[in-house]
Amino acid sequence: MNKIWLVMKREYVTRVRNKTFLLSTILLPLVMVLFITGAVFFAARPEGKKKIAVIDKKGSLENFLKSDTSKMIFDFNSGADTSNFSQKGFDGLLYAVDSTGQHFLLKTQKAASNETMDRLRDRLSNAYVSGKLLEKNITINQIDSINKASSSYYTVDNTDEKNKNVNSSVNAGIGFASGIIIYITMFIFGAMVMRGVMEEKTTRIAEVIISSVKPFQLMMGKILGIGAVGLTQMLLWIILIFLISTAAFTFLPTDVLEQVKHIQSNPGMMTSNPGQYSAAAKGIANLTNLNWPLILGCFLFYFLGGYLFYSSLFAAVGSVVNEDPQEAQSLMFPIIMPIIFAFIIMSSNIDKPDSPVMVWASIIPFTSPIVMMGRLASSPPFWQIAVSMLSLVAGFILTTWLAGKIYRTGILLYGKKPSWKEMIKWIRRS
Amino acid sequence: MSLLEVQNLKKYFATQKAVDDISFSVNKGSIFGLLGPNGAGKTTLIRMITGIFYPDEGQILFDGKKFNPINDVVHIGYMPEERGLYKKMKIGEQAIYLAQLKGLKKSEAMTKIKEWFIKFEMQSWWAKKVEDLSKGMSQKLQFVTTVLHEPKLIILDEPFSGLDPVNSNLIKDEIYKLAQRGSTIIFSTHRMEQVEEICDHIILVNKGQKILDGTVKDVKHQFKENLFSIGFEEIPQTLNGNPPYEMVGTKDHQYIVKIKEGFKPADVLNYFLQQGAKIISFNEMLPSLSDIFIKLVEGTPLTRQFLPKEVIE
Repeated sequence: MNKIWLVMKREYVTRVRNKTFLLSTILLPLVMVLFITGAVFFAARPEGKKKIAVIDKKGSLENFLKSDTSKMIFDFNSGADTSNFSQKGFDGLLYAVDSTGQHFLLKTQKAASNETMDRLRDRLSNAYVSGKLLEKNITINQIDSINKASSSYYTVDNTDEKNKNVNSSVNAGIGFASGIIIYITMFIFGAMVMRGVMEEKTTRIAEVIISSVKPFQLMMGKILGIGAVGLTQMLLWIILIFLISTAAFTFLPTDVLEQVKHIQSNPGMMTSNPGQYSAAAKGIANLTNLNWPLILGCFLFYFLGGYLFYSSLFAAVGSVVNEDPQEAQSLMFPIIMPIIFAFIIMSSNIDKPDSPVMVWASIIPFTSPIVMMGRLASSPPFWQIAVSMLSLVAGFILTTWLAGKIYRTGILLYGKKPSWKEMIKWIRRS
Repeated sequence: MSLLEVQNLKKYFATQKAVDDISFSVNKGSIFGLLGPNGAGKTTLIRMITGIFYPDEGQILFDGKKFNPINDVVHIGYMPEERGLYKKMKIGEQAIYLAQLKGLKKSEAMTKIKEWFIKFEMQSWWAKKVEDLSKGMSQKLQFVTTVLHEPKLIILDEPFSGLDPVNSNLIKDEIYKLAQRGSTIIFSTHRMEQVEEICDHIILVNKGQKILDGTVKDVKHQFKENLFSIGFEEIPQTLNGNPPYEMVGTKDHQYIVKIKEGFKPADVLNYFLQQGAKIISFNEMLPSLSDIFIKLVEGTPLTRQFLPKEVIE
């Protein structure tokens, strides 16, 4: 045990002192937070008001298409046409393309943003409906009161208390992101273990070490040491992301922040009256409403569990190959496959977190670290998390045991790469 | 009193009998030579003695008791033929790490490493990395890490390869000193002149089996061919009668002769004296270990043939 600790300490210290570790630990969260805040910042920036010239010879729209001075202004008497609307200071020109005046075309100089298009589409269909209703002898006042009533016609109430205010797309996003992080780190740290083992084998230090330490102790020390490096990095990332994002929030426009506060102090408002808030404010409020302790706790568990599950297999691969990296590649293939497979399952089913594929994949240890993270934000039943965690623990004990047997023989074997048959023989023996 | 006793050790791999029933014993404080051509099974044998491999059959007694790798490896220092050190690690830290794995405390390791570094004039290397060292330098470092924990048994596999004569002598002297202080040394090499110089006792292994065992002197006598060199002031012009020898060759003012069956060296001397030859030297020519080695190993294929699997399984 003492020797495992010594090996582990060496692995940990030499890696943490490395400059690349320091650099990647600091740079990644910085880049990530800058990217996210940048995106939020640009999304939150209010779009300037749009001026649209309308050519409506039949007058079917004029009564219903109301200008909204802050967002969109419709000018029915501009005298603009397709050739000169932009010179006259309009962002777009809306005109009927057929003689009946039933079909309109919006011509713009620059591509219109999604937000503008959504708003315009909304207005036009309202105007159309209103026009038709008027033809059926319903008065404008009646139409107005119907429209008003329709906006408070329904509210959404999730029966699940915890998730009341959590938007499902944010869930999916968080799950997806943690799944991706675990997916990537499994490769990074798994490959790190493999390279470490290969280094010990090719520099022949393995023989020196193994004359004082058992092969299994050497392998475990390496796996645990690199795992501790990974854990350190994750914790630093979490802390740094928290600090940087807190700082970055202060750069957000104040009205967004106020909206966030408003959402947080009035749970339920967001679902009943979503139009009131900007997308950015909703996103931030959703993020702060998630069950972070559970997500972070599970994230660390699945990161470690997945790492332990796969890293011993990577160590076994490292122990049987020689300098040639191509040999390693062909042996790594069966290890990488389930990881990639897990990622595919998660990404293609992220919107159906409770489908049978997701449930099974989140319990089987080959795929569970990635898939369970994808499901987590949608609160899977507690027993499923427990079973998934237990099977992952059992799984990594099994893989470590198997890998230890291959490692023990492989690390001292030079020359030809052993075949699968030989490796199975090593496992069976003793 | 033997420190190490190897009894009927066997280790079979899938395709060959790497070690096939080898027994020998190594006396405490002696320098023991383990010789053999490439692929003879020396490394496998050493790996069993160092606890890296478990023997298939037979047993090892270490210091009178059954060898128990878990407790006994701290009393063994092993320097493999292929040198292994962490390239990116600083030399001082590396030495401390390896000493700690052998059970030394950090402070203890530190003082001992410093002593050795001073002895080998390596003090300025402490913060360097192994990748900055020359082959000879890393060899010295490896030697230090092997003997640092004052093991009872030191196993050196080709310790002088890549060393210049000055450093070779430095390490050779240390090996003698370690033996004087009671360490037992197993020395595995192909370089016979070093074996003759250093070792008390040797065994020769070929194709997994021991084919020779004895002190260097005994072995040489065992393989002597009754060759003598006789130096003359002047080569005798004519020799009459029936000489008790066969002529093997002449060289300058020397005859090299092989004494015939049934005669003694004195008969040869008598013969020459009767002929009036002016003898200035008369020496027995013992075979060098190298000759013995070649004689014993020659004729067997240089690299071992792999047996078909069915033979063993």
